[in-house]
Amino acid sequence: MSLLQVRDLSVIASNAGRDVTLVDRVSFDLAEGEILGLVGESGSGKTLACRGLMRLLPSPNLRVQGGAVRLAGQDLLALDDAGMRAVRGGQLGMIFQNPSSHLDPLMRIGEQIAEGIRLHQGASKKEARLQTIEVLRQVGIPDPQARVDNFPHEFSGGMRQRAMIAVALGCNPKVLIADEPTTALDVTVQAQILRLLLDLRDTRGLSIIMITHDLGVVAQTCDAIAVMYAGRLCEHGSKYELLARPQHPYTAGLIDCQPARSSGHALLRTIPGQPPLLDALPPGCRFNPRCPQVGTLCTDVLPEGARVACHYPLGERP
Amino acid sequence: MNLARYRFVLSRPLQLLPVLFGISLITFVLVRSIPGDPARALLGSRSTPDALLKIRAQFGLDQPLWLQYFYFLKNLLKGDLGQSLLYKVDALKLIVTRIEPTLVLVLGSVLLALLIAVPLATVAARRKGGWADNLIRVFTTLGLGMPAFWLGLMLILVLSVQWGLFPVSGYGRTWLDKAHHMVLPCLTIALALSAVLVRNLRASMLMELQADHVTAARARGLSEAAVFRRHVLPNSLVPAVNLLAVNIGWLISGTVVIESLFAIPGIGQLLVRGIFTRDYMVVQGVAMVLACATVLVNFIADVVTVTLDPRVKMQ
Repeated sequence: MSLLQVRDLSVIASNAGRDVTLVDRVSFDLAEGEILGLVGESGSGKTLACRGLMRLLPSPNLRVQGGAVRLAGQDLLALDDAGMRAVRGGQLGMIFQNPSSHLDPLMRIGEQIAEGIRLHQGASKKEARLQTIEVLRQVGIPDPQARVDNFPHEFSGGMRQRAMIAVALGCNPKVLIADEPTTALDVTVQAQILRLLLDLRDTRGLSIIMITHDLGVVAQTCDAIAVMYAGRLCEHGSKYELLARPQHPYTAGLIDCQPARSSGHALLRTIPGQPPLLDALPPGCRFNPRCPQVGTLCTDVLPEGARVACHYPLGERP
Repeated sequence: MNLARYRFVLSRPLQLLPVLFGISLITFVLVRSIPGDPARALLGSRSTPDALLKIRAQFGLDQPLWLQYFYFLKNLLKGDLGQSLLYKVDALKLIVTRIEPTLVLVLGSVLLALLIAVPLATVAARRKGGWADNLIRVFTTLGLGMPAFWLGLMLILVLSVQWGLFPVSGYGRTWLDKAHHMVLPCLTIALALSAVLVRNLRASMLMELQADHVTAARARGLSEAAVFRRHVLPNSLVPAVNLLAVNIGWLISGTVVIESLFAIPGIGQLLVRGIFTRDYMVVQGVAMVLACATVLVNFIADVVTVTLDPRVKMQ
């Protein structure tokens, strides 16, 4: 059985009595030691889906609806607040896109890491400090004994991302949600951070959900990929299958848009059009206004499907 | 602790010198442009011309203004503010005996204001838009809108005259007695000061509650109370410290009204009496002391800011 099962998870925004579904019945599984790439454009709901499964939504107007989130057999949506707090950090860790703003500027790095260690492992101040130094060493911070007393502004961007990973790891989670962990970093540091995440998967058996819009990152790190579009999961499969033979036209379009795919002189390719507004969705498939191969069903019926949510998947056409 | 960040403590007192020089010049000129003759104010309207001349000569008031200023500066460097015309004693000694009540008043007010403001701002920010938040908004609007002398009078009327909880005025002899006397004056100032602080703190807290690092703290499982105490509160106190410093500067001169209202024998009262009696030396001296105090408060605020926020570098 997989470690994390997400079933029909929806996130709904209610504004002045009107409900808008931002994440629509998303389901996926995550095995132990697996890295799942959650891919999509800005606003496709990938971050919100993960915030939803941590029950850490950014506004009181948002709510999680329906379905189930089972982590090692325990349904997180059924937990009370105190139970959920024990899961947050302790079993589900999260790291964020912008490490500079996600570390408290007034608190020493070591203290922020120790905070979680003391909370989730009941460690004493002294034990927590030793563990903090150990975690800092694991994430590749040089001279951790001295660095533990630094403030975030004394770290470089890459070091801050390592520190944030250390904050999450200190709590010893089973699953790490990495929300665009490399977007704010320069390319060489990006590679180092991805390498670190892969190492942690290998040494700790950590499962990772990697939220990204960068297919390059996905190709380097992930085992499986889930593609989101306008709040829906449109395709979900193993990395090789999905990158080599995409079945959803949107996935194919995304892959086509990679700069590496364009030849030197050609313009970068794009998917024409804009993602739909979530409160004014087109009837039928949400991708149909931009889809290069619309069929009769597409404008009427919303496609369902665990592997691919498309009425006319690529490669199956006669 | 990184001591290098506190190096400005050593150089900052030097900045006091130009400030004091400017203040000395301004107060000297201003005090002497008040219409009226100090000798006449001292001796009364039926004094003889001879006696007036004698008094003027005794205090050097018959000298040209620039020479008077020169002597004033010269004596100032020796720590001598001159003789009070009215009390015939050293002006500095006179001022020093009046510092304690004013200091107690200012410190007490600030402490009380913080004790009122931090909990109120916390409740308002955590229950934004709730009835408590609205009630607190009414309180801050009233606190900002009511003039201090009127609020003080009302407090005297209700708490002292009607209920007899506190003395109507005066300062007292033992510390306990003094504290008892200072409750109402401090409360008068604190109510107005806390109104400003609550508004500022509430706004900073609301901003911090949305901050990324607070989301990160929640994501590692901290309870909402711990998130508030460990991350939201420290970060929102940093801007409040500067606001407080600005307001204490204003407060120091504002004590004049409160000291007169509650008959507290402090510096403000001395200043008012000095102005009425054209007691040049005392007025000049008080102005210098108040200027020093304002500079000192800003200096303390800088030290506190550097201590709270590791990113801040002074000079």
